[in-house]
Amino acid sequence: MIPANSDDVRIGVYVCQCGSNIGSVVDCEGVAAWAGENLPHVAVARENKFMCSSLGQEMIEKDIRELGLNRVVVAACSPHLHEATFRGACQRAGLNPFLFDMVSIREQVSWVNTDKGIATEKAKALISGGVRRVAHNEPLDPITVKIDPNVLVVGGGIAGIQAALEIADAGYHVYLVEREPSLGGHMAQFDKTFPTLDCSACILTPKMFTAGNHKNITLLTYSEVEKVDGYIGNFTVRIRQKARKLNTATCTGCGLCEEKCPKKVIDDVFEAGLGYRKAIYRPFPQAVPKYPVIDTENCTYFQRGTCKVCQKFCPTGAIDFGQEDEVLTVNVGNIILATGFDLFDCRRIPQYGYGRLANVFTSLEFERLSNAAGPTGGKVVLRDGVSVPQTVCIVHCAGSRDRNYNKYCSAICCMQSLKFAHLVKERTGARVYNCYIDIRTPAKAYDEFYQHIIEEGIIFVRGKVAEVTDAVRLAGEEGKLIVQVEDTLVGKQRRIPVDMVILSAGLEPRYDAKEVGKLFGISCSMDGWFIERHPKLDPVATMTDGIFIAGSCQGPKDIPAAVAQGAAAAARVQGLISRREITLEPVRAQVDEAKCSGCRICNTMCPFNAISFRADPTRPGGGVTEINPALCQGCGTCVAACPAGAIRGTHFTDEQIMAQIEGVLLRNPAREHAVEKEAVYA
Amino acid sequence: MLDKVAEQVKPFDPVIVGFTCNWCSYRAADSAGMARIKYAPNVRLIRLMCSGRWDPQFVLKAFAEGADGVLISGCHPGDCHYLEQNYKTIRRYELLKQTLASLGIEDGRVKLVWASAAEGAILAEEIDHMVAEVRALGPLNWGGNHGA
Ligand SMILES: Cc1cc2nc3c(=O)[nH]c(=O)nc-3n(C[C@H](O)[C@H](O)[C@H](O)COP(=O)(O)OP(=O)(O)OC[C@H]3O[C@@H](n4cnc5c(N)ncnc54)[C@H](O)[C@@H]3O)c2cc1C
Ligand code: SF4
Ligand code: SF4
Repeated sequence: MIPANSDDVRIGVYVCQCGSNIGSVVDCEGVAAWAGENLPHVAVARENKFMCSSLGQEMIEKDIRELGLNRVVVAACSPHLHEATFRGACQRAGLNPFLFDMVSIREQVSWVNTDKGIATEKAKALISGGVRRVAHNEPLDPITVKIDPNVLVVGGGIAGIQAALEIADAGYHVYLVEREPSLGGHMAQFDKTFPTLDCSACILTPKMFTAGNHKNITLLTYSEVEKVDGYIGNFTVRIRQKARKLNTATCTGCGLCEEKCPKKVIDDVFEAGLGYRKAIYRPFPQAVPKYPVIDTENCTYFQRGTCKVCQKFCPTGAIDFGQEDEVLTVNVGNIILATGFDLFDCRRIPQYGYGRLANVFTSLEFERLSNAAGPTGGKVVLRDGVSVPQTVCIVHCAGSRDRNYNKYCSAICCMQSLKFAHLVKERTGARVYNCYIDIRTPAKAYDEFYQHIIEEGIIFVRGKVAEVTDAVRLAGEEGKLIVQVEDTLVGKQRRIPVDMVILSAGLEPRYDAKEVGKLFGISCSMDGWFIERHPKLDPVATMTDGIFIAGSCQGPKDIPAAVAQGAAAAARVQGLISRREITLEPVRAQVDEAKCSGCRICNTMCPFNAISFRADPTRPGGGVTEINPALCQGCGTCVAACPAGAIRGTHFTDEQIMAQIEGVLLRNPAREHAVEKEAVYA
Repeated sequence: MLDKVAEQVKPFDPVIVGFTCNWCSYRAADSAGMARIKYAPNVRLIRLMCSGRWDPQFVLKAFAEGADGVLISGCHPGDCHYLEQNYKTIRRYELLKQTLASLGIEDGRVKLVWASAAEGAILAEEIDHMVAEVRALGPLNWGGNHGA
């Protein structure tokens, strides 16, 4: 290797204009000329309209070959965008890719400044840091790791089912973990799905069944992931399978226990509180797997010690009150999270009356009400269970596009509200109002669906509903719910008396999304959705290699989009599996045994258990520290902790960082300190 | 002559070195850029993999090289890409503050800021605050005194 202070270091500096993104704010030509004249070891400095274009990359390759460059710095966008691109160019020209460094003068300079002079000076300082750092870069060899072909999918909604099936069909093994007793997610609760109005169960049940019986899928329902260790290709996952209190090997799923159980419980999950289930139950008849679970918190036997009716009636003796949770550990190479969404709690908008006014319903309640397998057998009736509504108002955007609740659009509620309008009309013949802020129907066949609903005679009122009340003010309002809304198209306040109000509640991140994210090492956006690696170009990958996201855990979306993401995540994982091994950044900690004093200060620093201590009585400290490169993730915490300077953090060595500090502060040995200051502070 | 007068009237513009982690705070700077948030140009960011790699000697080095302030930033506690390393950063930061106090360096010249990848606006705001604070403190001139 060529030492950094050697005359043999030859650095190429390339300043990108990024069209006008950088060029209109930073004087790129001036910066390049300045770098060429003032920065040490710079053999060539150029600027270009688009460094990432093939012309830009070829320029670097040509310079490496013809000018004998052995270090390269590109000042352009963020390294998170194009570091890989330029490393590739270096490699093609025979230069080790770790002898390259990138300086962000777009995200950190031209996009956040307007003053040309100031921006240009900041760009110079950052480039100076990059140039001085790169002089100390060392050639490194990437680390290769094998990819375990097994995959974990967390969440058995439509997105997770799709992902699991794609991977299992490709011949790889999938562990599909679902928290509830059955697969299905929200889709299992619906009667019809927009825009085609095909029956939800008819299209979902076969997929659930296939996933539940696939030879390549280990289905773990009523289960949750407790711990995740490792990294891409090599995760170790601990899963707790909650005790169903029955033996699935003997249970035939006949349902006799459910029928005979004397304990009725309000079903807050599947029936959205509208119906009942038993203490031993399956959420719905087509549940996959077919086995019930005993809800011990409500079971009379578990609470009072007597009952055992289910055990008496079970023809196969499958009930096992003493059964314990099972904890299993599996190894997988990749993980897909498809944990879905929670419905916005409409009680948070007190003026809409949900929870106080009986005939205000949430969207999920209406799904159950209109479902042929639901508590009313699909009859749309009021809370009394018998009266058929004559007038119904559907309130769009409940909790969405609202500064006080969620600012974002929940994406599915317009179409879902139009679907409801159709179902109410079809089932009851009622007069139906839809109060909306905007109608958003951008996907394939969606606007046609809207036009069709208009033709059905649904009344559309453009305005955000202010209040739902039962306080009568005018004749004809007695015994009704009154919807107060400003009709913004005619510019007047309206009071619409109706029998039933349906609130199209927004979609929210799962209540525990943050904890789940933390468990798998990924982050959530400000709104709480899992963050994708890139909002446009990498929608199902995350910042953590080997962890993918699919469906509505990433943001509100409808079934087609959730399915597409499930398939996309599966394709990404299959791509990794078929490569068999991948390369990782060679950023690792290394101990210089000669320098280690055996103080053991670093020994408590590593959360990945990469650091161990080898006793050696011949050494002054009684031993020496060792770091396992396969376990080290390269954070560098132990490097900073070692008082003897015995640990090196590759690609982030003290020399590189110190040089970068000097560089960004523009200390130039060739010039006087005072001159330097002028350049910085000017 | 006139130039010299103008030079004296011009407000002091501090230079701050900022250390970011690769996963949260550097990406927060990316987000601030993508959102075109304008903030003080006085900070020069240096990317580390984790705020746990940040070493108090980097701060002394920065001061010796003429920096007026140092910003240290990482993922929020509990959100660390490396699980828990930023808790170690907190401990080191507290120790560093004692060292700096004994050297007579004002408290406001080092600052620890948490910013997630989504929090470009927060990072920008913190930078603006810090620049204003350090501007009020005036130049440090530590490098000058110590002749590093
Ligand atoms: C009222 C209403 C009506 C709708 N109607 C339609 C429609 O007609 N057409 C349409 O296209 N879309 C419709 N949608 C949208 C549709 O519900 C979603 O697109 C779809 O459910 C997204 O699927 P998913 O798999 O991402 O999430 P989900 O359906 O929420 O499934 C996620 C699954 O993950 C499980 N899970 C969560 N956390 C964990 C964990 N930590 N561990 C293990 N498992 C976990 C959950 O139990 C659940 O089974 C509607 C939505 C609502 C609210
Ligand atoms: S901190 Fe440094 S000197 Fe102490 S045991 Fe670890 S490597 Fe050795
Ligand atoms: S660099 Fe981080 S991950 Fe690697 S051994 Fe040190 S503390 Fe552990």
